[in-house]
Amino acid sequence: MPSRLSPRRALACLGLVLGLVAQPLPTRGQTVEKRFETCIVCHGPNGQSQIPEIPSLGGQTAPYALIQLFMFRGKLRHFEPMNEAVKDFTDDDLRTFSDYIAKLPPPQPPQDGDPTRLAVGRALVQKFRCDFCHAGNLAGRDNVPRIAGQREDFLLKTLREYKANVRSGYDASMADVLVPISDQELADIAYYSSRQP
Amino acid sequence: MRNFAGACALVLGVACTIAAAPVAAQQAQPLPPGHPLIGQPETAEAKKLAPVAPPPIPTAADKLPLDKLKVPAGYKLETFMAGVPNARTLRLGDKGTVFVSSRLQDKIHAIVEKNGKRELKVVASGLHRPNGIALHKGTLYIAELSQISKIEKIEDVLDNPPKPTVILADLPKDEAHGWKTLTVGPDEKLYFQVGAPCNICMPPERNAKIYRVGLDGKGLEVYASGIRQIVGMDWHPVTKQLYFSENSRDWLSEDIPEDKLNRVTQPGKDNFGFPYCHQGNFTDPEFGWGRKCNEFTKPIGLLGPHTAALGMRFYTGNQFPADTRGQIFLARHGSWNRSVKLGGDVVLIKLKPDGTMASLTPFVTGFIQNNNYVGRPVDVLIMKDGSMLISDDFNGAVYRLSYGAGRVAGR
Repeated sequence: MPSRLSPRRALACLGLVLGLVAQPLPTRGQTVEKRFETCIVCHGPNGQSQIPEIPSLGGQTAPYALIQLFMFRGKLRHFEPMNEAVKDFTDDDLRTFSDYIAKLPPPQPPQDGDPTRLAVGRALVQKFRCDFCHAGNLAGRDNVPRIAGQREDFLLKTLREYKANVRSGYDASMADVLVPISDQELADIAYYSSRQP
Repeated sequence: MRNFAGACALVLGVACTIAAAPVAAQQAQPLPPGHPLIGQPETAEAKKLAPVAPPPIPTAADKLPLDKLKVPAGYKLETFMAGVPNARTLRLGDKGTVFVSSRLQDKIHAIVEKNGKRELKVVASGLHRPNGIALHKGTLYIAELSQISKIEKIEDVLDNPPKPTVILADLPKDEAHGWKTLTVGPDEKLYFQVGAPCNICMPPERNAKIYRVGLDGKGLEVYASGIRQIVGMDWHPVTKQLYFSENSRDWLSEDIPEDKLNRVTQPGKDNFGFPYCHQGNFTDPEFGWGRKCNEFTKPIGLLGPHTAALGMRFYTGNQFPADTRGQIFLARHGSWNRSVKLGGDVVLIKLKPDGTMASLTPFVTGFIQNNNYVGRPVDVLIMKDGSMLISDDFNGAVYRLSYGAGRVAGR
């Protein structure tokens, strides 16, 4: 079970997000573990997030993580705290962090699933072939991300952003497949995926 | 089914996912119209196939696969510029600047020569899928996913270019096949396509067409219809007819349909058959019922199944041997919807006197090694000295192909 969210951690992350505190940008010359300490303020210890709408990073595929870090650096994906955090990253930094993230343990899913709703979500995942690109266990592969065990609120937010074309993927795949999927179905897919190991 | 899944999920999450998989395979549910996986069979081999995303970071100059790429005797291939992210369409300015577009990233780059050294400059950024670019009388035209814009006198303002001015907005916003090819015709109008927003579907009214519009963005009209997606157009140097490569549908078979080489002979009237007829000789298993292929304009050549025939140019230079003059060089990006990859080369297409395809010969090869990509060619550009540039969006690089004495001019 994920540990409870500590108010202190949430405040520290909020500070980063709002830019209220000096941002301790990772300095070069330190180990990646040391530099990653800034990331876990929001993304959680071991990359398992305990903060709403902040994604877990553990077990993410390295090629996907690399593309996202690259997009944050180039402002192809917009989230100011992330755009700031990686703006001075070299290509090697991007690779180091994405490789590191991929080696962290995958997030532990909550065990509170309602069987009926899980079945609905699973049927939708199969109907819309989410499991085709994201792999049968939703663990992702290559440039397609792991969604198993990801935070439900982050998944739903992301799916809605893709569908509304607010978030552009590196390629067109997600906007492409989400067109016919209703908001309730997105919620059910997020519910199911977030509860997969 | 529902009960089984629910109980299973409750008790043992892991075992559930595994145990449920074969059940899913047995009961294929219909996909919504236009879904990219329509037609994909429920077999293990088919499930291995997915589009290949290029790495976002360009390959370092010393790691480019030049040693693996093969060219015919007498030709030489070298690096023209490394570090051009997601290098796509190539265009040449009057003053010698090479412009390079991107599909997945947001920038247009210029490669300029300064004191004998090549430099890369960003001339536009913050763009959305800016795949299509064209140069005409000093103006750079940019086709993004849903709009066309321009920067005048671009080669005079390379160090401090203004933001592009939009001349045509509100094109369809479909991401699928939304990226565009842009060219200026002999009539000094812009030509571009709005692709089919799907692998195979009945396209909406505005899609699956080639349009032309004035350089001021006025007078938009349909030039041709029934096309799926185009990533290469050029004008025959003598007949001034529009030739274009067209990518055919996926998931029908490993071996059909082939991508097409098309030619517009009846502007405004030609319909190339999508989604009813493929490669000019067989009807679609879903949309083709009740239709005949002879209702449509046939391709003038077939370019291989799933090979992703992209950028093309008529060779109008003087450097290569005489038998290449007036013929077509075309980049085949290479397949993803095929177990054994095909394409991944630049081909020479020779034409018959009537302008249809006589032969297709792989010319620059080796982008596929052991069924994996080491690079993927996208576009070709004939330079003033007759050499030819080739873009590679997988490595983020531009190569230069030269022949004979022209080889000395390169570096």
